[in-house]
Order: sequence, then structure tokens, then C-alpha cells
Amino acid sequence: MKVWPHKGYGVRTHTPAHKSASDAKSGAAFLTRGLSKVYGEGPAAVHALRGVDLEIPTGELVVLLGPSGSGKSTLLNILGGIDRASSGEAFFQGQELTAMNDRRLTEYRRHHVGFVFQFYNLMPSLTALENVDLVAEIAPDPMTSMEALEMVGLGPRASHFPSELSGGEQQRVAIARAIAKNPTVLFCDEPTGALDSKTGVGVLKALQDLNQGLGTTTLIITHAAATAAMADRVVHFADGQIREVVENDHKVSAEQISW
Amino acid sequence: MAMFRLTSMLDRKLIRDLWRIKGQAVAIIFVIAAGISLLVMARGMMISLDETMVAYYERYRFADMYAPAKRAPDHILDEARALPGVNDVEGRISGGGLVTLPGVNAPISARVISFDPEARSPINGVHLAAGRMIEPTRSDEILLLESFANARELEPGDKLAITMNGVQHEFEIAGIVLAPEFIYALPPGEFTVDPGSFAVLWANEEAMEAAYDLDGAFNEIILTTSRGVNTQELIDSLDRLLAPYGAIGAFDREDQISNNYLTEELKQLDTMSRVMPPIFLAVSVFLLNIVITRLVQTEREQIGLIKAFGYSNRDVGLHYLKFVLAIAIAGAIVGWGGGIWLGRWMAGVYQNYYHFPFLVYSIEFNTFGIALVVSSLAAALGGYFAVRSAVELTPAVAMRPPAPPKYGGGNGVSRQISKLLDQPSRMIVRRLASQPVRAMLTAFGIGAAMGLSVMMRFNTNATDYMIDVSFNVVDRSDVLVTFAEPLSEKVALELASVDGITYVEPTRSSPVLFTHKRKDFLGGISGMPEDPVLSRAVDSDLQPVDVSGDGIVLSTQLADILNVSIGEKLHVEVRDGRRPTLEIPVVGTVEALLGTPAYMEMEALNRRLKEPNRVTGAYLKIDPIKRDAVYENLKAVPMIAGVSLRREAYENFQKMIDEGPGAFRNIMTIFSIIIAAGVVYNGARIAFIERQRDLASLRVLGFTKIETGYVLLGELGALAILALPIGSAIGFFLWSYLATALSTELYQIPVIYKEDGLGYAAIIVFVATAIAGAFVQRDVSKLDMATALKTRD
Repeated sequence: MKVWPHKGYGVRTHTPAHKSASDAKSGAAFLTRGLSKVYGEGPAAVHALRGVDLEIPTGELVVLLGPSGSGKSTLLNILGGIDRASSGEAFFQGQELTAMNDRRLTEYRRHHVGFVFQFYNLMPSLTALENVDLVAEIAPDPMTSMEALEMVGLGPRASHFPSELSGGEQQRVAIARAIAKNPTVLFCDEPTGALDSKTGVGVLKALQDLNQGLGTTTLIITHAAATAAMADRVVHFADGQIREVVENDHKVSAEQISW
Repeated sequence: MAMFRLTSMLDRKLIRDLWRIKGQAVAIIFVIAAGISLLVMARGMMISLDETMVAYYERYRFADMYAPAKRAPDHILDEARALPGVNDVEGRISGGGLVTLPGVNAPISARVISFDPEARSPINGVHLAAGRMIEPTRSDEILLLESFANARELEPGDKLAITMNGVQHEFEIAGIVLAPEFIYALPPGEFTVDPGSFAVLWANEEAMEAAYDLDGAFNEIILTTSRGVNTQELIDSLDRLLAPYGAIGAFDREDQISNNYLTEELKQLDTMSRVMPPIFLAVSVFLLNIVITRLVQTEREQIGLIKAFGYSNRDVGLHYLKFVLAIAIAGAIVGWGGGIWLGRWMAGVYQNYYHFPFLVYSIEFNTFGIALVVSSLAAALGGYFAVRSAVELTPAVAMRPPAPPKYGGGNGVSRQISKLLDQPSRMIVRRLASQPVRAMLTAFGIGAAMGLSVMMRFNTNATDYMIDVSFNVVDRSDVLVTFAEPLSEKVALELASVDGITYVEPTRSSPVLFTHKRKDFLGGISGMPEDPVLSRAVDSDLQPVDVSGDGIVLSTQLADILNVSIGEKLHVEVRDGRRPTLEIPVVGTVEALLGTPAYMEMEALNRRLKEPNRVTGAYLKIDPIKRDAVYENLKAVPMIAGVSLRREAYENFQKMIDEGPGAFRNIMTIFSIIIAAGVVYNGARIAFIERQRDLASLRVLGFTKIETGYVLLGELGALAILALPIGSAIGFFLWSYLATALSTELYQIPVIYKEDGLGYAAIIVFVATAIAGAFVQRDVSKLDMATALKTRD
């Protein structure tokens, strides 16, 4: 597989004054300090995140594990720039995400972030290729949409509409769409949640190949604990907090996983 | 009992559902309310004016018939009273005059009418608004019409000079009055009212007899008739009776000018109450339908569940019916209140034109009933199909989610077109193409709103056109003077010699009765020079009409009334001078804008009348610098019975149009914005709800709020553009219908179409779209990306 040169796009922002943040610049894709998220107010308040400190090195494939409501999706949403923290700080390549306004967050997502969701979130009125084009059109330095589709093995299905594709195929279109912009980071929230085991493995394989081939920092949320075997790092969540972080020295190929 | 318990649970759901879609519900309520308020206003005004008119006529004994003559002895009245069908008779003296006011140079036309202050309940009585009645013994007192007094700021006690038959008399205003005869105070021969330039005065008989040299005589019979009288027979008898005394032609109430205008106004209100509200209600039907359809779609699973619990189709159907009825009833109530308010406001506007001493404005509960029934029916119709499809589903099917939206491969052409577009634009095009019916209906709804604006604009154009044609094309004079009786054309030369009068164009008109086969019409013939400059007869293309030769040229309206065509001979009974009876060939017809004129070349007319070189008036062109001096001179010319200042009339009329119909048009403009915004907002809200997830996905993918909004609003924009030709077509259709419906014998509303009407309406559509779009863009901005992504469609 062709290895795409990684290219970082500077988010125009001030250099954070925090010493810790500048330290984290070296090597870390993400860094959080005391990150908290509260939904609602008063007695009905739900504490989704309770002070999370985490560092994710560039280029790693990280799996987030934990029961429903343990806070992993909330963390992913904040790091992905689609939700805001209640308190604490989060940095992307040394730039403070938690201080960005809406316009800057949009720019961040546009230039750096690829998303893959449980329900694919493809545009039903666009073909596979057009769904990828949708993102490629607004990215500053994308690969061609056909290349992205071929990387996930869907070249021959490029002109099909989502309603004409299987669940696994739709998810692979979503992955192609996420990588077409040459993202710096890739966020996957339950990417295999709506798929059967065999199809799910195919999707994980695609994500692993991309991580290894392009060096894209990849965060995957999953319920399937077996997925942890393919990660560089596994973050265990419980009750809005990180219970433990395990570095995996014996990564296996996605094909060897089953659940 | 079970029914009650069960519905109360569903009722709670109903209230919450309504609250959830409150924005859309309010938009629909406004559309319904707009239609209902027009209905209530028009019907309310109509009933109010009608009742006021009837009460006013009854209280002041408005005459059923008029029989003007030149000079009839008093004993004729007894003969008139004896005619079959006659209830009561009065003879009076009615004449033209000129009013001179201190500080006002311009001569003012006046009608002076004899009045017996001691009569207990005279025919055509007057309502005293201020001051007192004239003293029977004093011949130097008058009563003055209120509209003129107000316009000229005159009060009881003020002095007034009136020139009658060339002699100036001094009068003191005893009282200010209103009269059923002058509800709409239009000077004879004019088409527009101008309160300050037409005075009506009532004076003692004694003073009038002296002024008009009618001692022991009168020049007009007014009478009331008994029920079931044969009007035509009575008119003929009166004409025969007065023939030796210079009868001009008796006419009944229908042809009395003020009454004629008032009844036409009532007809127009009736037309409006029939044409406008259905448009608004049709749009409401459509809006309710799309809203309910969408609601039922999103609630399929709930409906299945409710039915699985054992609720019947009837319960479910009733639930959604209540939903639409709640909106309809709210719309009816708001519309009713709005209609009453609008009606009162319009009543105020009407009082600038139609002068009543009182106004019966009763709140019509009947109208409310109609409003409620009409809007409920409209709503039920809108909800029916959606609800039927909901109750038809078996619980099992209903509980399954509906099939996802399918987008096919599309044909080659659409693929080629697609290539030219970016992805968001493709999403817009494909979505429209995949739901063509809904897209067309939405475009049609917006088009209906645009059609209303187009119609109103065309109406404005037509009014402006008529005013422009009347004052700038047909009559280009500064002043029209009319003489008390036909004079030698030497008068024209005398007028021309007055310093400041730059051009004199004589005119000769005669009151006549046209007869052809069994049809007849009391009108007049206008005689004009062969090549007129100031007052011209023009056809509907504004081309001067050729009146040369010996025949008569009729307006098409008159030709239709008389059922006569070119080449046929018309029987003409002349009602002045030697009163000859003539047979005149019809040599042409012309599409006239105002009235039902008949034209002849002046010399030819005079020849047939055997009154060579006679004129009855003159159109003048005046040097503006010497205007005041000319006015002074005109007042001194003894035979001038009336003076009409064209330029002032033009300006005053324009002002009145802006205040009355102009204000009404502004309301209609607001209403059409309400419709357009209602349709667009509902369409956009539904599109937004249906595509919330797609839009949130776009935001996540890095599209800005504006870029995301484009996918939604671009669709609206496309529909608005699609609505333009539809709206233009609807506008053309509505206008040609309305123009025909509103045209009367007095006004032929020209069905003209001007591009600016379409442009103006298009702007309204885009303003409304922008307003609705701004609301929806706000929704886009508030999209919660994190939660929208977690939910499945």
C-alpha cells in the first residue's frame, strides 16, 4: 500500500501559555488536563467526565473501552471539536481546543479531523464517490476521492447510492470519506457497532491499514473488548474517569480478532 | 366513559405535540387568520355599510325617484302625486353655482338646493351635525354639507358668497349637515370626489326662486314610491307629465350618483369576500396537510403502539383531527378579532369617501360562525389524507420504521447536470427531484402568495393608469367651465380674450335618452371639435377616436347595453333645447375607461339639434402665472354654472387613493408576506427536522454553519425561484378575474399587466423566504452535533 506523507496543518492560534502544554507539544497529538463535562444542572446534573488527564502520542491507534455512559464518547466528541468541555483543558498539537470559538472548531474539523460513526451518517442523496467528494471539496489537500474509495476496497461501488450498499460497504464509504482529506486524526465511535462480526473485522482491518500506512492518529471507541488487541494503547473508562491506560506491546492484526 | 379517559391521555399528547411544533402552528394560524380576517372585514363592512345605508335612507326619507325639468309650475305636483305607485311628492329647485371663499381665489363648484325648514319629515331630509336649521323667514341663511365645511374649515356663523345665475349672493351658514343624497358627494360629470372642491348648500325656497327666476315653479320632482311599483311605467309617466316643462328624464334611485357608487362599493366588498379568503384557506389546507403528514410519519411507531394497546382507528383519527381543528379554531379566533379590528379601521377610511352621520358597526356573530366552519373544514381537509394513511396501517406495520429515502441512479441528463454542481448543490437538486409532488406543492403555495401580490400590484397599476389616462391623456385642460345653458360659441371667443387664458376648446353636450329596440339608456352625447386638443376621446389603446362625420361613436359598454352595432340607427330623444327626436347612425365603437360615453362631432351634433354654433362648456388652458386673475375673471362671467379645476382634482384624488385603497394594499402586502413566509417556514422546518442528522453530519465533517445552511436554504431558494412563474401565472389569472368582477358601468378596470408588478411580487417572495430562512438558519446554528449523530433515523 502506498504510504501517504503525513502533513500537519497549522491551526492558526496563539501558543498556549501553559508550560505543561508546550511540553506536551513534543510527540503528543492530544493532551487533556482535568477535563470535565456536566450535562444539565442541579440535582438532575449528569457528570459525563470527571477530571480526565490523558496524553495520546502522535501516530498511535488508541482503543477506548468502557461500559455505556462511562464517558468515552464525550471525550471523543470534545477532542473531535463537536462538543464543549465544562471545565479543564484539551490540547491538539499544543493548541487549546477548549479555548476555540465555533468558527475555529469548524476549521479544525475541516482540516484535521476524520470521523467514522456507528450509523455511517452518509448523505442518502449522494453516491459513494460523491459522499467522499463532499469532504474532499472543502479540504485543503485531499487525496482523490477514487483513491480513498480504492483504499477501502470500494472502487467498483463508487457510483452506488447508500441505499444500494450493505452496512459494511456503507461504513467503508464513511471511512473513505474520513480519510480522503488526509486527516491528522481519525475518530471512530463504535464503527463496527451496527455490523456483524465478519464485516466488522473488515472495517477494523481498513482502519488498521490506514493507521499503519498513513500514520494517522486513530481513536476507536468500541464495546468489543477483543478490539483492544490491535491497539497501541488501550484506555479503560468507568464512571466518567480513566480507570487505567494499558500500552500494548503485542499488537495483533485485525484479521486475528473476533467477537 | 372509556372514550373520555382515553382521549384525555391523547389530549395531553396533543397539547405537547402542538407545543413542539409551535413555530409552524403559529405560521399556519396566521395564514388562516389572514384569510378569515379578510372575510370578516369584507363581510362586516358590507353588512355594516348596507345596514347604515338602509337606516340612513329610511330615517331621512331618501327619494326613490328623481324627475328633473327646466321649469314646471307648482300645480303639476298634484298631478304627479296622483300617478299610480306614488307615495309622496315634493318639488324643489336645484341649481349650479359658484362659491367664493375669502382667501380662496379658485372658484368652487356648488349645488344649491331649496329646502323647507318647516317640513316635518321632508323627502331627502338632512341630518344637522352642527349649528341650527335655517329660519323660514330668512333668505340669507344656508345649510352646508359637512364634508365641504370640514375641508374648508367652515363653521356655523361663517359667511359665504355664492354666484347663482351670474349674480352673487351673501349667505350665512346656519348649520352644517349631512344628507343621504350626498353620502358620496360627486360633482355632476366628474368621476372623482374632492370634498374641498364641491359644495352642496340648502337655502330657503324663497331665496332660490329669486336666484333662479323660478317663482311659483320648480325644476325637480323628488318622490317616494309605494311597494311593488312598476318603476319603468312611473318613469315614463313622469317624463310624459314633465315633457312640456323641459323634462330631462326621470330616473330612479339606482341611477342616483351617490347611491350608485355606494351600491357598487358594496358589490366590490362582496366580490372581495368571495375571491380573497379562499386563496388563503387553500394555502392553509396545503400547509396543514404537509405538517400533519410529517407528524404522522414521525409518529408511525407511536400510532402502531397506541393501536396495539387497543385504541380504535376512530380514536387515532379523532386525535389528529383535534390537532388540526385546534389550529383551525385558533386561526378563526385570531382572524375574527383581526377582521373586526381591520373592519373598524376600514370603516374609518370609508368615512373619507362616504359620509354618514352614524355608522352601524355590529359585530357579526354569523361571520364568526362562517369563519369557524370554513377554517375547520379547510383544516379537516388538510389533515384528512394524512390521518387516513395513519389509521389504515396495521399496528405491526406501523411499528416498523418506514423505508429509508431512496435515491435512484437517475437518467443520463440529470447526471450530466449533476457534474456541473458541487456536492451540496447536488444534494439540493436530488432531494427536490426525489419528492417532486411536495416540491411542486410548496412552490405552488409560495406562488399563491406571490399571485396575491401580483394581483394587488396590477390593481395599483390599473388605478394609476386610469388616473393618468383621465387627467393626462383624455383631459389635458387646466379648467373646465360649464354653462348654465347652451350659449353662442362667441362665449368661447370672449373667454379666449381673458388675459391668462391661453387656449379655449368649446364643448357641446346634451342629455339624451338613447333607445334601440326595447333597450334604453339615459345618458348624454359629448360634442367635440373635429380635432380636439384638450379633451379627447381615446380608445383603450389611448388612440384618439375619430368623431368626424355625421354619426355617433358609442363606448362599447353603451353599445352592449343598447344591443346596437355599427351601421344601425339609434333612436335619440334629446332632453334639452328644442327637444328633438333624432335617428343617428352608429359609426363606431370605442373601448372607454370611464363611464359610458357617446361622442359626436360638435357641428354635426348642433346641426341635428338645429341649434347651430351653440356650446355648453369649454376646456381651458391657463398661464399658471396669471391663474389667480383668471379665477377672479371666471367668477364674474354670469353664465358659468360650474368650474372644475383639473390639476387640483388630480392631486386630491391621488392623495385620497394613497390614504384609502393604498393603505388597504399595504395590508394585503403584509398578508401575502404572511402566506409566503408561512409556506416557506413550514417547508423549511420540515426539511430541517427530516434532515437534522444529515445537517449535523455536515457540521461534523467541517462544513460551516453557512455552508450547512446552504443545503437547506438553497432548497428554499430553488423553490422560491420555481414559484416565480407559478406566482406570475396565478397573479395574471386572479387579476383578470378580479378586474372583470370589479368593473362596473362607471369604471372599466383596465386589465393591464406591467412587469414591475411581477418584480414587486418577486421581491415580496424573496423577503418572505429570507425571513423564514433566517428562522431556520437559527435552527441550523443551534444543531447539537453530538446527540444528532447518536440517533438513528
